[in-house]
Parts: sequence; C-alpha cells; structure tokens
Amino acid sequence: MTELQTHAAEIAAQFSDHIDVETDEIEQRLDQVVSEYKIPINEARRTVTNSLLDEADIDRDALGRGGAETVLVGEIDQDEQWVDVTVKVADLWEPRSDSISQVGLVGDESGRIKFVAFETSELDELEEGASYKLGNVVTDEYQGDYSIKLNRTTTITELDEEVEVGDSTTTVEGALVDVQSGSGLIKRCPEEGCTRVLQNGRCSEHGEVDGEFDLRIKAVLDDGHEVQDVIFNREATEELTGIGLEDAKQQAQDALDTSVVADGIRTDILGRYYGVTGPTLGRYVLANEFEQLDRPTDTDTVLTKARSLQ
Amino acid sequence: MSGDDSVPTREVSQRAFAAEFNDASYTFKESDDDRAPVYALLPTAEKANRVFFVGTLTETDDVGEDNEYWQGRIVDPTGTFFVYAGQYQPEAASALRELEPPAYVAVVGKPRTYETDDGSITVSVRPESITTVDAATRDRWVAETAERTLDRIEAFDDEANEYARMAHEQYGDDPSAYAETVASALESLDGDGSVPTDDTADAPVDGNPQA
Repeated sequence: MTELQTHAAEIAAQFSDHIDVETDEIEQRLDQVVSEYKIPINEARRTVTNSLLDEADIDRDALGRGGAETVLVGEIDQDEQWVDVTVKVADLWEPRSDSISQVGLVGDESGRIKFVAFETSELDELEEGASYKLGNVVTDEYQGDYSIKLNRTTTITELDEEVEVGDSTTTVEGALVDVQSGSGLIKRCPEEGCTRVLQNGRCSEHGEVDGEFDLRIKAVLDDGHEVQDVIFNREATEELTGIGLEDAKQQAQDALDTSVVADGIRTDILGRYYGVTGPTLGRYVLANEFEQLDRPTDTDTVLTKARSLQ
Repeated sequence: MSGDDSVPTREVSQRAFAAEFNDASYTFKESDDDRAPVYALLPTAEKANRVFFVGTLTETDDVGEDNEYWQGRIVDPTGTFFVYAGQYQPEAASALRELEPPAYVAVVGKPRTYETDDGSITVSVRPESITTVDAATRDRWVAETAERTLDRIEAFDDEANEYARMAHEQYGDDPSAYAETVASALESLDGDGSVPTDDTADAPVDGNPQA
C-alpha cells in the first residue's frame, strides 16, 4: 500500500459506521490536495475528513477523534473519552427520568460499569443478557464513579458469542477507621425501582414518602497506605454485628431515635482489622464475604529488617 | 473534571509508635487557606493529618476546669500516647469517661501540638473515635506499624520524597533510632503474638498490660 492508500484506508474506517464511502474515492481526494495543491499529508487528511463530515452532515465528535479506542470497562478512568466496548448487558434498571430510555449495568471480563441511553438518541433497545459491541460511547464521571453514555452516533452490534462478565471481585484488608453517615438503620424510598435512601423522610426524586427500613454500613478500611470504602448490606451487617433488622427497629423504638443503631455498630466494629471480599461498584467494595483479622503470625522477617536498618 | 478533584480523598491514617509520634513536633500546611489541613511531620518522613493506633488505656482523667476535658494515657511497647477529648469530641469524651483502665483501645485521631511554658512542644492526639478492642487487634497493629515505619525509613534518603527533605531539615539525617524502636516493639510480641508479662525492660513501667 502506498502512504496515501494507508491514510485513505484509515479515513474510510473512521467513516465506515456513518457513510458509505469507498477508499478509492478518498484516495483520489487526498491525491488531489496533495499533488495539485502541494498540501502536507496531515493537513490533507484534515481537509478531506472535514469535507466528508460536511457532506454527510455529521458531527466531528461522532468520529471519536480519529476512531474510538476499544477498551475494557475496567480501564475507563477518564471523563469524556470516546471509546468502543464489547459487553454483555448484566442488569437493566428502571429509568428515573423521562429523558432516559435505558439505564443499567454492562460488563466485560474486567468488570461492570453503568450505562445510560437517552430518548433523544433514538437507539435500538439493549436486551438484558445479550452481548453487544457498542461503538462510540462517551465516558462520564460523577464523584469518582465512571459510567458510559450511549449517544446518537453509537453503533450497536449484537454479538453471537456471549461476553464473559468478570465480577471484578477484590479483597481489601485494613483497620476499620470510620463508619460513615447513612449507616445503621436507614429508610429507603418504596417507589418501584427506586431504592434511594431517604433524608429526613424525603426521597430526592419522589419527595416525602413512607420509607421502608433497611440496614447497611458504609465504612472505611485503612491499611496505612490507602483507604477503601466498603459497604455491608443488610445481610452482611447482620452477620458482622449480630443485629438483625427487627432488633435494630426495636432498639430505635426503645430509644425513640434511629441513630442508636449506628452508635452501637460503631462501638462494635471501629478499630478492628477486617478483610473484605466482593465486587467493586464505583468507589465501593461490596462486602460479600468478610472476616475479622487475627493477630499476625510471622513477624520474624520484619524484625530482621528492623535490625538491619539500625 | 477529573476524579481526583471532584472527590476529596480521605487522608490515610498513618501508623507510628508512640516513641516516634511524640517526636513529631514540626507541623505545617500545604496551602495558605485558613481551613487547610495541618500536618504533623513524622521524624521518619511522612505527613500525618490522621493517625490510627492501638494500645493499653492505663489512665483517664478529667482535667477540665469549667467543662469536662478528658485526658487519656494510651501505652504501646515504645511509649505513651496522650489523647484529649472535650465537648467538641463528644463520642471520644464519653468513651474516656466510661472506660475502665486498663483496657486495650483503638484510636483514630488527629495529631495536635502544644507549646508549653518552657518552650518545648508536646504532641498529643485529638481523637475522633476510641473503641475497646482485643489483644489480637493490638498485636496486629504493632506488627503493621513496624512494617509501615520500616517502609518510611527505607524511603528516608529518597531524593524525590519531599517529606524526607523536610525531615532531614527538621529532625536530622539519621532515623535509625526508630528502627531500634521497631525492633524492640516486635520483640515485645512473644511467640504466640501476645504480650510477655515477664519482660518489662523495654516497656514503660505503667504500660505493660497484664492481659
């Protein structure tokens, strides 16, 4: 292939999802600006790309800045990147807003990530359990959690083979140094598909509602190098503290105050060392399994090192 | 907007033995903002805005005049941490009021320095939480703190480490005394990891838990 042909092929690939244009035609156009007008090849590419965009009336962003990069969802760590992903739809949630057509979790071998599709994009619907190649999605970030947004230019190709979804399970260890607000006996919004935690009896989406009691712990594990947020759901909280939902309700009723539950939990778990294993979701590790860590077994190597540093 | 800017990351709780912590008299800020966090500089070259330690609570005392102001002495194999909790630390204050020494306790808190009349600087802890724990947790903390301290000593001469430069300037060039502290702390854990009751040579007189 000549250099010009290579450039032409690359441009054609960029446009292949959007318009029907032959590599030959692009090559001719490139050749014209390069040979007749003596324009450097990079500038020529730009010129030809722009004229194709104009003719097809598509947005530059749609090309994802020179072809979106194919990534694993676990590698996404930047806002506003145009990427391609190959994923299975792991979970579909009830959209909380009329502008959203679909919301849920998609996953690949590296883990899972939230996705959002908007009504205005007029895309085909994804089916739960099906695998797709999603071309040209945009990464988004909110409070350190990443998601992907489908958009008007996103290509959806259903795959025959199933994508394996990794559970992105990790194990973290450390001292439990904080039990955060929103822990203990909480109330959740009872609206269908909404499980938001109520603040003073109000759901941020549905206003004042009659909440349903639940138990959870949001805690911080700290190993002296790093901190990691962990969440214990109702079941894990019960196993960790021995306090069930009914006990917790009774405690709160006796004290006329729900905060006694969190206070009791703090006394029980703060300052102890735990190992927690579970999937990561955003900045949290969900505590599917956990154990309190016992005394160290072997300190001889550390002692030898200490002596060598004296 | 990057993830790093949008979520204020919680400060790691540093691990240091009492002997080192009490020498951390130099404090500094990393910005001019009034509310910017104050860091204590550990002599083995790390900034500490928060510490976590486990030791034996040996004494509690209400040293306040008009209001309750609780002092606690918490002993590890190398020395004594002093914690102070008043009306602005209600949970820690009530823990100190109610605990019966001696007891193993775990403390999360912030380093504080105080200049005495004779011009010397004492270092103490303003606790965020104080909870009772078991001997295994105490021993685990000793082993972990030993490792973290040695990590810092190994990075002490790393020229890329700005806190090392600061520590050289503030505390001198030789952190090896803290390696000795680490060794003696580890030696105080006997074979099964529990605290020996017959060897008090390296432990403070009032600090050897008879557990």
